[in-house]
Amino acid sequence: MKRFVAIGALAAAVIALHLLFAAAGAEYLLVQLTMAAYYALVVIGLCLLMGYAGQISLGHAAFFALGGYTAAVLSTNSFTQLMGAPALERLVHWGLVTAGTDAYGAAAHQVPVWLSLPLAVAAAAAVALVIGIPVLKLKGHYLAMATLGFGTILYRIFLGTRLFGEADGISSVRPCALLPGLTIGGDTALRTQNYYFAWALVLLAMVLSLNIVSSRAGRALRSIHGSEEAAAAMGVNTARYKLYVFILSAVFAAVGGFFMTHFNGGIGPAEAGIMKSVRYVAIVAVGGMANLWGSLLIGVLLNFLSLRGIFGSYDDAVFGALLVFIMALAPDGILRREFLHRIMRVRIRWPFSK
Amino acid sequence: MALLEVNNLCRSFGGLRAVNNVSFRVNTGTIKAVIGPNGAGKTTLFNLIAGALKPDGGSILFNGRSIYGLPPFRVAAAGISRTFQNIKLFGNMTVAENIMVGRHTRSGSGFAASMLSLPRTRREEREIAERAAELARLFGIEDVLDAGAASLDFGRQRAVEFARALASEPQLLLLDEPAAGLNIYETNELAKRIVRIRDMGITILLIEHDMSLVMDISDEIAVLSYGEKIAEGPPCNVRNNPQVIAVYLGGDVAQD
Ligand SMILES: Nc1ncnc2c1ncn2[C@@H]1O[C@H](COP(=O)(O)OP(=O)(O)OP(=O)(O)O)[C@@H](O)[C@H]1O
Ligand SMILES: [Mg+2]
Repeated sequence: MKRFVAIGALAAAVIALHLLFAAAGAEYLLVQLTMAAYYALVVIGLCLLMGYAGQISLGHAAFFALGGYTAAVLSTNSFTQLMGAPALERLVHWGLVTAGTDAYGAAAHQVPVWLSLPLAVAAAAAVALVIGIPVLKLKGHYLAMATLGFGTILYRIFLGTRLFGEADGISSVRPCALLPGLTIGGDTALRTQNYYFAWALVLLAMVLSLNIVSSRAGRALRSIHGSEEAAAAMGVNTARYKLYVFILSAVFAAVGGFFMTHFNGGIGPAEAGIMKSVRYVAIVAVGGMANLWGSLLIGVLLNFLSLRGIFGSYDDAVFGALLVFIMALAPDGILRREFLHRIMRVRIRWPFSK
Repeated sequence: MALLEVNNLCRSFGGLRAVNNVSFRVNTGTIKAVIGPNGAGKTTLFNLIAGALKPDGGSILFNGRSIYGLPPFRVAAAGISRTFQNIKLFGNMTVAENIMVGRHTRSGSGFAASMLSLPRTRREEREIAERAAELARLFGIEDVLDAGAASLDFGRQRAVEFARALASEPQLLLLDEPAAGLNIYETNELAKRIVRIRDMGITILLIEHDMSLVMDISDEIAVLSYGEKIAEGPPCNVRNNPQVIAVYLGGDVAQD
């Protein structure tokens, strides 16, 4: 019951923010809130993986980028160069590729979203499966190092491959028509519908995740965090649960990256970079680890500020500093009562203490 | 009939033969104790049965079927539950949730069903919570159901671990030094509880250093020393076995 109230409150807040920005004539802020929502999908998945199941991933930006690059490759002409004209014609014939024109009136091909989105999800799930089976046997620092390595590999692949546009990334990704009246793209006219669509995804991800954590599967995940040995002795197939949550978090990230790329009209290798991965980890840590609401709140706030350019050229430094701060002073996150009490006490005691 | 039958079980660590050719049986509905000095290989034996360690050789039959070398979660699903010598609770979860994890093998909602919160998942969830509350009452910890498991005193932590192990309604329960760290009053309570659980039809295999507890409640005792079984039989026989007396005169357990 509490779950539904909280979800309802989030939906109300989404609407209220829209109305507020509209009334203030600042609707352009919805753009950053839309992007923050897509990043929040990564955060929600990572919160399940790291906060609840206790498995760190320092490579999660790679999954976001994987979804994004899938969207980009399949909705620009870059993939048509991969195959000959006869093959392409056959794909068009089967309805797997739609032929059209680009912004300049030249012939252009695009894979329809009913196919490209499942492909992005499948790509992320497949990579997570292949990476997860060996890597999730590792613990602690070793898991951190291995996921860091995995993230670096994907980053270098995106950076070094022609198909992915090398250092420039892929731009002029076309909008994707999802439903009649709902097109994912960066056009000003599409701003409001994109805002609501992105937040509907966040709401859906939250409902699914909250369901998990308050159920048998969620208890199994948290028991792995508590004591893997005892969890196994209680009958939990620890390897399988870790793999499932790793795949789920990868899929959440890929969906975020997929729509973000259509919304932004492009993606670059920086989205797969280690600094992005560190940022997601920092957000989950500040949000309180096993705390979906905390992670969501902190994630949206920090990403919104970052996208507004508040942190200037110290953007990455801010997230690094946050990570140090949180580990040293409030390893349970800043939204905990004990931490807030501690801050209050420090303020009150300060002038009197030596 | 033998519920558990272990034959010629072996396990070495480097050159150390921690469990060396050990064979024994546990009959259905009995309490069997495994005793022996520190380092005799008792916990290693438990880990081999429970699947936490891979054996080097031998065989383990449970209900006539081999569980040799199975991973721990499969052994649990087969009907064997356990507690740990150094308590292993889920410190990040409440007492109620700890016990609820014990129901894992007795419930079936998978990842997808949990995610979608299907009606049968919610029904199962209520049953699990009710069963956990019942068990908590049995162990006198119903007043701390919502407390963090790590915040409890030692005696209560052992009670939570015991309740968690029982939640799966196992056929065989492995208890590794359940009286360690308990005071006399708590130990007496524990003895009564173990007998009551046996009377409920659950077979018990018990490692314990507290000799009066072992002699009081065990139907049979096996004695390990340096990885080998040196004696086995009903308490009165084992107590008077000269080999056992020799082992214990040198050990530090005799004073207990
Ligand atoms: N994982 C391990 N790696 C290496 N050696 C081990 C391991 N586990 C146990 N041993 C060694 O095997 C021997 C048997 O240990 P075990 O824990 O089974 O003894 P125990 O009978 O349970 O003793 P205690 O009464 O102290 O609990 C000891 O010498 C111990 O040091
Ligand atoms: Mg031991």
